[in-house]
Amino acid sequence: MAAATSPRSILERDGFVRLSRYLSRALLYLLLITMSLWFLAPLFWMFMSSFMPLDQVGVFPVQWIPRVWQPENYTDALKFWNFGITFRNTMFVTIVSLIGDIGSCTLVAYGFARFRFPFRDALFLILLATLMLPFAVRLIPVYAAYEAIGWIDTFYPLIVPNFFGNAFYIFICRQFFLGIPQDLLDAAKIDGASEVRIFTQVMIPLAKPAIVVIAILSFQNSWNDFLGPLIYLKDPDLHTLAIGLYKFTSLPGQGGIYNQQMAASTLMVLPVLIVFFLFQKQFIQGANISGLKG
Amino acid sequence: MTSAFGAQLGALRGRRRTRWRDLSPMRKREARFGLLFIAPWIVGVLLFALFPFVASFLLSFTKYNIVEPPKWVGLEHYVHMVTDDPLFLKSLRNTAVYVGGSVIIRIVLGFALALLLNTKVRFLGLWRTLFYLPSVVPIVALSVIWLYVLNARAGLLNSLLHAIGLPRVRWFADPDYAMIAFLIMSTTWVGVTMVIFLAGLQGIPEEYYDAAKIDGATVFQRLLRVTIPLMTPTIYLNVLINIISAFQVFTQIFIMTGGAPRDATRTYVLHLFDHAFQYLPPQMGYSSALAWILFIIIFVFTAVIVATSQRWVFYQGGETD
Repeated sequence: MAAATSPRSILERDGFVRLSRYLSRALLYLLLITMSLWFLAPLFWMFMSSFMPLDQVGVFPVQWIPRVWQPENYTDALKFWNFGITFRNTMFVTIVSLIGDIGSCTLVAYGFARFRFPFRDALFLILLATLMLPFAVRLIPVYAAYEAIGWIDTFYPLIVPNFFGNAFYIFICRQFFLGIPQDLLDAAKIDGASEVRIFTQVMIPLAKPAIVVIAILSFQNSWNDFLGPLIYLKDPDLHTLAIGLYKFTSLPGQGGIYNQQMAASTLMVLPVLIVFFLFQKQFIQGANISGLKG
Repeated sequence: MTSAFGAQLGALRGRRRTRWRDLSPMRKREARFGLLFIAPWIVGVLLFALFPFVASFLLSFTKYNIVEPPKWVGLEHYVHMVTDDPLFLKSLRNTAVYVGGSVIIRIVLGFALALLLNTKVRFLGLWRTLFYLPSVVPIVALSVIWLYVLNARAGLLNSLLHAIGLPRVRWFADPDYAMIAFLIMSTTWVGVTMVIFLAGLQGIPEEYYDAAKIDGATVFQRLLRVTIPLMTPTIYLNVLINIISAFQVFTQIFIMTGGAPRDATRTYVLHLFDHAFQYLPPQMGYSSALAWILFIIIFVFTAVIVATSQRWVFYQGGETD
């Protein structure tokens, strides 16, 4: 400012600074809008093309608004794909897995966070190390074991493991339990509460934020799971949404019927988007915890 | 912020081994409760981690088709891999391209977007939600959608190329472009790394920037000397997580191309999966050997990154415990 000599040049400089600030802001928002379009265009097109007549879908360059709105794409898709059964199966697997995940992970996390026992830290290190184990290494022996006990074509392989704790969820929950002040526990103990009561009536209510994050991660995991249902569920009556959608799009003759495929995809995506918009904050928290461990 | 692994290792070193019989009755009671609480995980880790870990190692030395009991063949599979299975090396190379490309995309683009959103931008929550949205979409649905985005004749991406005056690309019909197509698709999940980086950026105290400004640092210098060094712990962890998961890329490739055209998109896990679940008779033994090589590769990568991390990851003093 001191360098400015006349009021006129101050004005000019000020104007220039302001102009360049506006320009850089405009550029910033332009960039953000461009990126949003990049991320959302495929989803937007999925929704729009699910109402289009088939011949409009193949037009080049791509068209965005249905020439005529054709909701019968949905009913036609449902003729080939038993959405009701796959939806019910997915709901069942998702809910039971969620209960298993929350129950087992809070228990185990509490054990690691609040009790001293021999080899506790070594065991916790093993827990973290299992996060690194590729699923491909587990795939075959676990499959062979399920085959041997007759669990192929049942929901057990998708549900039962969730009752034995998931390393990552345990980690999240333990971090949270560690943050709860010890005084609170001591007070409960002095009042004569048993360990089980402290856990169920003091810790669980306090751990609600962590539990919501785990619930969301678990929901996403089960709802989106593809590989598990693909290898374990052969009977069409047991198919989940993910497998239903995959089978539908790879039916002979379905290859080119994009409008129905998009209708089917929309049906699978919609529930997830609803949950996402309801629990946005927890979704973001879940992503954060997964990336900022420790 | 210290890495969980580091803290855990430190704790291990610091503590003398506690033996059961040295514990007081009260401590014994506490220990018993602790073990009771973690019992589900102990059973789980034995059944779903240790058992498959050991079993797949043993199976990798056998011929096994599920129906008949495994037959010992020694190192045959491991020799076969390098001498007789050209698709082993090809799938490894394809996977390397995917790992390299997608990790760079996720880290660089994620970081850049987080920086953009960290400039006191308006409607921060809205942008964050919009960028994160595609990552919550189930991967089967994403695959169905992106098959059309990358359609050779009239897809969304070709329409975009056409709009800016470029010729159409045949994507999945062209072996030179098929893997690039999957890399472009991998931008879908950039929102996840962005959200993580953004949270890290928001944790950097304003005073650091003020101090740098007083010292006359330019925007670029502040990024290089303040932001990036302080973000190295987050970058480190994200590189690690993304590498581990990128090595295992499977679902979208299985659904969209199945390895075509001419095995240009045959990735390692797809190759392994085909041997176990697509080919008849199933070659579970060979597949286990492939899985173990993958495990060793991932282990080596992780070990190298963890070992070199001390040289480029800076932890803020005081926060380390």
